[in-house]
Amino acid sequence: MDPKHLDTYIAKENLPYAFCPGCSHGKILGALSDSLKRQNLDPSEVVIVTDIGCVGLSDKYFITHAFHGLHGRAITYASGIKMQNPDLNVVVLIGDGGCGIGGHHLLNAARLNSDINVLVFNNFNFGMTGGQHSVTTPLDSITATTALGSIDAPMDIAGTAQVNGGGFIARATAFDKDLPELIEKSMRHDGFSLIDIWELCTAYYVPRNDFGRKDMMVYMDGMEMASGILQETNRPSFQTSYKNIQEKASVQNPISGLELETIFEHSLTKPIRIVLAGAAGQKVVSAGNLLASAATLSGLWVSRRADFPITIQTGFSVAEIVISPEPVLYSGIVKPDVVAIIASEGKSKVSRLTLAMDDSGVIYHSDGLGNIESEAQISPLDFPEDVQQDIRKNLSALTAAFLTKKLNMFPFEALKEASRQIQKPKITEINLGIFEYFED
Amino acid sequence: MIKKREMVDGAAAIARGALDAGCNYYAGYPITPASGILTHMLRELPKVGGIGFQGEDEISSLGHCIGAAMTGATVFTATSGPGLSLYSENLGLAIMMEVPIVIAISQRLGPSTGAATASAQGDIQFMRWGTTGGYPMIVLAPTNISECYHLTKRAFQLAKRFRTPVFLATDKDTVMTTESVSVNDMKNAPDWPKIPNGGVGKELDPYQIDGEIHHYTGSSHNEEGHITKDPDIIAELNERLRTKIESNLNELSLVKNDLQHGADTLILSYGISARSMEAAVKEIRDGGDQVSSITIYSLWPVPEKAIQESLVGIKRIIVPELNHGQYLREIERLVNRDVELIGVNRVDTILLTPDEIMRAYHGS
Ligand SMILES: Cc1ncc(C[n+]2csc(CCOP(=O)(O)OP(=O)(O)O)c2C)c(N)n1
Ligand code: SF4
Ligand SMILES: [Mg+2]
Repeated sequence: MDPKHLDTYIAKENLPYAFCPGCSHGKILGALSDSLKRQNLDPSEVVIVTDIGCVGLSDKYFITHAFHGLHGRAITYASGIKMQNPDLNVVVLIGDGGCGIGGHHLLNAARLNSDINVLVFNNFNFGMTGGQHSVTTPLDSITATTALGSIDAPMDIAGTAQVNGGGFIARATAFDKDLPELIEKSMRHDGFSLIDIWELCTAYYVPRNDFGRKDMMVYMDGMEMASGILQETNRPSFQTSYKNIQEKASVQNPISGLELETIFEHSLTKPIRIVLAGAAGQKVVSAGNLLASAATLSGLWVSRRADFPITIQTGFSVAEIVISPEPVLYSGIVKPDVVAIIASEGKSKVSRLTLAMDDSGVIYHSDGLGNIESEAQISPLDFPEDVQQDIRKNLSALTAAFLTKKLNMFPFEALKEASRQIQKPKITEINLGIFEYFED
Repeated sequence: MIKKREMVDGAAAIARGALDAGCNYYAGYPITPASGILTHMLRELPKVGGIGFQGEDEISSLGHCIGAAMTGATVFTATSGPGLSLYSENLGLAIMMEVPIVIAISQRLGPSTGAATASAQGDIQFMRWGTTGGYPMIVLAPTNISECYHLTKRAFQLAKRFRTPVFLATDKDTVMTTESVSVNDMKNAPDWPKIPNGGVGKELDPYQIDGEIHHYTGSSHNEEGHITKDPDIIAELNERLRTKIESNLNELSLVKNDLQHGADTLILSYGISARSMEAAVKEIRDGGDQVSSITIYSLWPVPEKAIQESLVGIKRIIVPELNHGQYLREIERLVNRDVELIGVNRVDTILLTPDEIMRAYHGS
């Protein structure tokens, strides 16, 4: 279809509008149709996204694409449509009600500068549900839910979009002759645009408040809410900026998994369940990874769970490692075979586990942790004499080396190889240095 | 022979499954224990020309996904229970508008904020009944990391074919525990029946420049996508939304049977608890007993036929799950009254142990 031949974008076969006589909604739809005509757009280049309410009945009157979703969420669908296909022109038709329930989306779309065009059908109340109070209901107004007059301050929808950085913000009325031009301008803007269009609900707000066109203008003046274009910036839209991100990212390699080949032999006949318990900052989880990777390099199967407080840099840090000759089915640990405790935070965190152990289990601990209540065998982490100076900084790696020596699950060489394969070169160098203390 | 293993967690496996399924749009909101999926997707998608977006909340995230899907994107999102609550209304829209979308749920424990870092299976009925109208949902549940990868891919095929939301039901441990997985198992899908090509109804024709004009709506609508109050048209639409799934139960059914001749006990489980079941079954058999087990991958619709077929000679069914017995209810309505049903349940942050399943088996 050649759009030049279109004299309207209204689906004439679906007229007349279902709106009440005198309702301004139809006027705005006419202005939108005229603005599309001015832009000479093909109907397939436009998606009209309607919110809920009387305004939400509008989709069927257009010959463009249309989307009709949930109350207050129109802006989210519109933004998703525009992200996926930035060549489409996406127009949101939403009421003052929709701007209330979906206010969070409105201010965030403005902040993102998402390149959608929002036309607010602002008639100061919920038309569809019977004329209840909305976020823009003027003070003292009578609505179905404010029988004695509204007592709360109305929201400035245009102002809200404005302070949140929306690219093109304007206020108008449904009666403005130049509304089609204004809509066109807003649609041509790269970035979020919103026109707060004031209008009349002749079924409810108008009769209940004796409120006509003139009163609306007096009210606008009184509120010192200017009309016309309120803000026009050239900040790039979210969609334009995201293209730059895609370009930057396109030179990076997709992430691939950490593959480890079996190059050592193991000497494990049954699963062993190990718990490393320390404090944040001790690299407990990375020691767990070392043991798990060394086991994997030796043909064993592993699972490694990490447990730490949500505030990750404080408190306990615990790694639970299951190492098994067969694939691990149960990855939980309720009764460990071996526990290594290297900080008091870890000690109290795993007290339930150490209490559950019997004398078939062993608990290794570093100095100064006090009494450990358990029936397990308890023994100090006695590192080789000459490592003392490194202990404070690298307790976790030392413990991994200690356990590798003690538990005889896989060759010590596997631990070194694990460090080489999974850790950053700098860390590997430190760890290989530490591991040397353990070589006979 | 050199064996190759990969150290990977469920979050990475799910994200890779999504990307390999052609996902090119993700929108989500951070929440433990599902954030790993968000991080992976937002990092990886722009590299391949896709879009990854962190919404201002879960309502916005799913809204963005729905908009993008109707514009031709292959969309994905992930969350946990609190976010699923906020997805509720948009889930209904996705059903009504017939939006293909995959949603991974990493379950955590308890109502409300609950225990953010503990596994649970307490939202499986919520996934099924999580929006208005009671329309059927497709929910798949992996038990391990390679299944996370393969079932995610399958979820995308089903979402497209049925034009409906498809859930991947996981949990904290499946998503966040790192494990060694055989590289072969990651590469090659298990021997599951193939999903037929094409749609069960009209395939989605997205908004396109120069494309056919479409009006899509969440209201009860006629063929043009316009709201209607005609009872006949509404009945037909609602019936179709139900039957497009319910008349294809065989295709949707996915289980792993491990039946033993002569067994009179069947243990039935799914997700992370199925692993405890498998460990228990091994030990029971090592002790000389015969016992059958069935792992349910297609939680919803309930694979009734497959379950019933595994009931030959069964006098007792044990259902281990990390909730108060949500799937047991579904089994209850499938079996004769003389079959004994035993739930093994736990809601204390600890994964069900093989021991407690064995204790249930031995009646001690
Ligand atoms: C979540 C939700 N809550 C409530 C409703 C009921 N409802 C339908 S329309 C509407 C208000 C619409 O008012 P407005 O956005 O101002 O549009 P108008 O009818 O005035 O054009 C409400 C509350 C709904 N559809 N969805
Ligand atoms: S109720 Fe109000 S908003 Fe709705 S159609 Fe009637 S006049 Fe217009
Ligand atoms: Mg209104």
